[in-house]
Amino acid sequence: MSFKTEPLVVNFGPQHPSTHGVFRMIVSLDGEVITDVEPVMGYLHRGVEKLAEERTYLQNIPFTDRLDYLASMSNNLAYVLAVEKLANIPVSPRAQYLRVIMAELQRIASHAMAVGSFLNDAGAFFTPLMYMFREREKVLDLFEMTCGQRLTYNYMRVGGLSHDIPPEFLPALGKFLDDMPGFIDEYEQLLSENEILLARTKGVGILPPQLAINASVSGPILRGSGVKWDLRKADPYCVYDRFDFDIPVGKAGDSYDRFWVRLQEMRQSVRIIQQAVAQLPQGEVRSQVPATLRPQAGEAYAHIEAPKGELGFYLVSDGSVAPYRFKIRSPSFINLTPLREMMVGYKVADAVIILGSLDIVLGEVDR
Amino acid sequence: MTTAISGIELANQIKASFAEAVLEGDERAVILRSEYLTQVASFLKTTPGLEFDYLSHVTAVDYLDYFEVIYHITSLAHNHSAVIKVKTPDRDNPEVPSVASVWCGANLQEREVYDLMGVTFLEHPNLKRVLLWEGFPGHPLRKDFLTLEGKSPWQTIEPLEEGHHVL
Repeated sequence: MSFKTEPLVVNFGPQHPSTHGVFRMIVSLDGEVITDVEPVMGYLHRGVEKLAEERTYLQNIPFTDRLDYLASMSNNLAYVLAVEKLANIPVSPRAQYLRVIMAELQRIASHAMAVGSFLNDAGAFFTPLMYMFREREKVLDLFEMTCGQRLTYNYMRVGGLSHDIPPEFLPALGKFLDDMPGFIDEYEQLLSENEILLARTKGVGILPPQLAINASVSGPILRGSGVKWDLRKADPYCVYDRFDFDIPVGKAGDSYDRFWVRLQEMRQSVRIIQQAVAQLPQGEVRSQVPATLRPQAGEAYAHIEAPKGELGFYLVSDGSVAPYRFKIRSPSFINLTPLREMMVGYKVADAVIILGSLDIVLGEVDR
Repeated sequence: MTTAISGIELANQIKASFAEAVLEGDERAVILRSEYLTQVASFLKTTPGLEFDYLSHVTAVDYLDYFEVIYHITSLAHNHSAVIKVKTPDRDNPEVPSVASVWCGANLQEREVYDLMGVTFLEHPNLKRVLLWEGFPGHPLRKDFLTLEGKSPWQTIEPLEEGHHVL
């Protein structure tokens, strides 16, 4: 015997704990099954791209902190790389290595948040999140030691870094690197084989590799679908070509694979930092750059593998002190493109898990 | 290392199939005639040896005389990248064909360009504002935006009654 159901439209957000900020989904349901999804965003739009056109290249660095506020170091790095490309500014080897160390520490902190809150969405309330917060806290302590800030670092400068690391940084980092692999083992032991977690995430929100490439998604979502594409290997920036590390890829492209890829990337980040610390040269961390930078007219695009995916800055200069055009290629925004294809056909309870596995940050989606 | 294919080289390859399509090619980019954009896009995506399967990003720049729409494309298989551009001189009604049928990754990005820069993408599957709300006057990333009737936009506007941003 079959029942006839009426289609129902359910509104998620913009104020909803599972949307990780002010994101809204208009979900159409047939019974429990999702038939359509419309993402609505822009509630956190601050017009950063417009504001940046009125400020100098140096003044724009703090704006980038506030895009993906869980990965400010990576945002700083992508922006200064674009300015350096535009104005042809060299960077000292020590600054390059420190940039890699900071970017990889930031990846660990960002993935810790992503994995923890994903498990929160899956129903493992707060215990896994707090374990991850404990480890993220250690990274924040390292950053605080370096630049005095815990969230918006403003540490990178055009031509290097704002200042060198303090003497107590490397011993503290060494202890963190020694502890981290054991912690990830423990975490994986607790969760990766957990039957409830597997039942909720395996085969949920499948994104086939062809669609992932065609929809321009990047980062752990692209790699979760089995596409081996990482800008640190494919288009190395800074000194990434000097390190030995693997690119973990998923098989099925489901929510579990995206979660698994993030956990494995944390291990690889630890490996990269260990090698960078071993090779860290002495020297200056900041090259001579004019106080008011006036790059010659032209354009430049620089991209990095940020924790969320390909983060790029496209800058156009007209020879004045401020950029003529300041465009942010934000991974969180573009990763939302296949949201409808990923959700249609699954149950309404899976919508929260699928969105959680995408790991969006609304500061970056809305800019 | 991703190889950047120069605009001159790519222009020659496009000219072999579409003699009329290329306006010019320089070191950085190929500038296309807008009416050929969709055809050239699917040519670039499917031709063996090129296979630009990944649309890295879409953006637009307001040069006052014209708008320039810029596409950064990459081939994951061959690890090479290129830049293609289209110019639209009509300031009141700039129009460019959509490439969302070739790379669906253009969908949200073209909506963003439409929203903030006011470039209309023809035959886009769902062309409406994405970050700002329906009824917002003007397009803020245009260079003449703040002189709009001499007022700041946030002093003047109310959202429309209807639309996807209205709760």
